[in-house]
Amino acid sequence: MNEEVTPLPSLEQDQTSEQTIEEIVASLGETVGEPRVDDPKMSVSNVNVFYAEKQAIFGVDLDIANNEVISMIGPSGCGKSTLLRCLNRMNDTIPICKVTGELMLDGEDIYGKDTDPVLLRARVGMVFQKPNPFPKSIYENVAYGPRLHGLNRNKADLDDIVVNSLKKAGIYNEVKNRLDESGTSLSGGQQQRLCIARTIACSPEVILMDEPCSALDPIATAKIEELIDELRENYAIAIVTHSMQQAARVSQRTAYFHLGKLVEVGDTDTIFTNPSHELTENYITGRFG
Amino acid sequence: MLLLVVFVLTACAYVFGRTRAATLRKNGESLHSLPRYYGYLTAIYTAVPALFILAFWSAAEPTYLKHSTTNTLPAEIRALPEGELNLVINDIKNIATGGITQNTDDAVRESSAQHYADRKNTSQLLKSIFVVLASLLGALYGLSKISVHTRARIFVERTIMTVLIACSCIAIFTTVGIVLSVLFESLRFFNKVPFTEFAFGLHWSPQTSIRADQVGSSGSFGAVPIFAGTLLISAIAMLVAVPFGLMSAIYLAEYASSNVRAWAKPLLEILAGIPTVVYGFFAALTIAPMLRNVGESVGLSVASESALAAGLVMGIMIIPFVSSLSDDVITAVPQAMRDGSLGLGATKSETIKRVVIPAALPGIVGAILLAVSRAIGETMIVVMAAGLTANLTINPLEAVTTVTVQIVTLLTGDQAFDSPKTLAAFALGLMLFITTLILNVIALRVVRKYREQYE
Ligand SMILES: Nc1ncnc2c1ncn2[C@@H]1O[C@H](COP(=O)(O)OP(=O)(O)OP(=O)(O)O)[C@@H](O)[C@H]1O
Ligand SMILES: [Mg+2]
Repeated sequence: MNEEVTPLPSLEQDQTSEQTIEEIVASLGETVGEPRVDDPKMSVSNVNVFYAEKQAIFGVDLDIANNEVISMIGPSGCGKSTLLRCLNRMNDTIPICKVTGELMLDGEDIYGKDTDPVLLRARVGMVFQKPNPFPKSIYENVAYGPRLHGLNRNKADLDDIVVNSLKKAGIYNEVKNRLDESGTSLSGGQQQRLCIARTIACSPEVILMDEPCSALDPIATAKIEELIDELRENYAIAIVTHSMQQAARVSQRTAYFHLGKLVEVGDTDTIFTNPSHELTENYITGRFG
Repeated sequence: MLLLVVFVLTACAYVFGRTRAATLRKNGESLHSLPRYYGYLTAIYTAVPALFILAFWSAAEPTYLKHSTTNTLPAEIRALPEGELNLVINDIKNIATGGITQNTDDAVRESSAQHYADRKNTSQLLKSIFVVLASLLGALYGLSKISVHTRARIFVERTIMTVLIACSCIAIFTTVGIVLSVLFESLRFFNKVPFTEFAFGLHWSPQTSIRADQVGSSGSFGAVPIFAGTLLISAIAMLVAVPFGLMSAIYLAEYASSNVRAWAKPLLEILAGIPTVVYGFFAALTIAPMLRNVGESVGLSVASESALAAGLVMGIMIIPFVSSLSDDVITAVPQAMRDGSLGLGATKSETIKRVVIPAALPGIVGAILLAVSRAIGETMIVVMAAGLTANLTINPLEAVTTVTVQIVTLLTGDQAFDSPKTLAAFALGLMLFITTLILNVIALRVVRKYREQYE
């Protein structure tokens, strides 16, 4: 169970004696900072996630606000993806995964009895770590969601949606002459923007991004970051990232996770200039993680 | 006997070689390889040349004996046609080995037999001497090679590699041999029956009579009806196998929990393990009468051997092929594709229909093509359930016949091996071979292309 070797005195015995994750988590104490915002788009209360017997998320409270980017950072395996996948119930596809606690979207419980995960996922879109365009044409990739949800009345409508989504994703100029080429023929960065366009085309309210730039080069990354900043005007965005600079550049609030626990959350500026929790400080100064 | 001697010598050579190398090593020589390898080296030198001599001698002996015996016979016997001459020689051999023959009192044959026996003994003696000599010389040579300069390990590795190559060559040469023999026999057939008649003729009745005055003396070899029959039955089989196989593959790959999968998949594959004969009599004894009864009750006349019965059962037989291969390709579609689709708010079945299946389609097509080639080549079921008459029909309720059935009927029973009737079997076989080969090549291409997409 020696998951982390930290310079923290409270965790020092970790190296010598067997200590369960639960005990370590308990020793982390309460979340530092304010997890709540006024008028949240999504709101997570006391959420625990289990993979079979193993607990991956411990009592997390967190709000996601409109027109704001919140970044989730933390060492590998701390449960960022897990929490993100709870927000649009992608975890449902993993049979052993169990979620307890309350997750609200506009005040509705998304794990409630009458919430349809399929409709939920149309409202809470997701962009994955690895670009995963379908092996279909670029046009078909973007038209996929609208077709599913019947968002268009006719072909012209659909064309509009596709073009607008591609424009919003900042890729239209690069692909406008090759809309019927395969989505997989694009470069990695273009593919990722295509995936963002595909998500936007479903007109979601929240966009979740799980390390959207980790497979991309700096130029493609810069383009996507710029795009995220623009998208903020219309959507609530949560982004998982391993890059501290990226979190600092694109997000307004930052949440730091450690071993499945939300350790600290607050304004990005404050977190990066003046973190309150020792673990956060260690992580962002690169001392471990 | 001789073999045993060679083996013993080889074993001895191994022990000697090894001991010798070990001694050298003890005396402080820095040998290249372990003593064991020097043992192998000596053994190889002992066995291989001897075995080669043995093999060639044994192969050449009968020809030589026959030739030399023929020369002792009087000219009028030697002038006999090939077939009768062989009979005489056989007689002589029998006399020589003390077997029973009809004309034991024939002086000419007696003397020839004596000659044969003499020659044979000499040959055997010489053979033994040469083989043993070769193996002894080999052993000595091998022993003399044990020195610091010999790299025994490399030599042994090379030998092993050569043996392995030889073994794989045997498989390849056999295949090539079969193909060539089929090819040449088919060419002989096409000398007797024009290719155009074979390829476009609509009438198939290969019964050539033995005497010229019998009816239907010529036989006709239009292969269209039997290829049509093959296609009809294969088509019915695919109509059964593709939907069922594909759907069970989708269920197994996408919906089944790992528990269900763990027992359902092997169960389905057991279907592939049932001998085709069993399917055959299932088709002939259960399905065919059932179809006839059903047909009667709705006023259709169903032949007791119908294309439908054979095709249905063949389809069932092929289901595991389609499902198992399709299951593999569906499982190979990356999870990221499914996540992408689900993340856009697609339901599971929408995801399967719009993303997973299209992505897996090339692989599925490959699986189906392989299944088709299997259906075309299938024999037992159709022999038992499809009938023998070459009807040119597309009515699945009638009896039709297939290429494989015809090959079986052409070649079972006593046959002269150069009548058009038997040669026709080779021509049919060739066509069948070419068809399935093409299908397989296309299928493998398609499957490989699909693999490349995701790797
Ligand atoms: N499908 C799964 N089955 C079982 N355990 C899982 C599964 N997915 C994640 N976990 C476990 O849950 C914990 C959190 O994983 P998660 O993927 O959320 O981490 P992460 O913070 O996203 O890490 P990374 O930065 O490496 O992506 C890990 O300990 C992991 O082993
Ligand atoms: Mg992750």
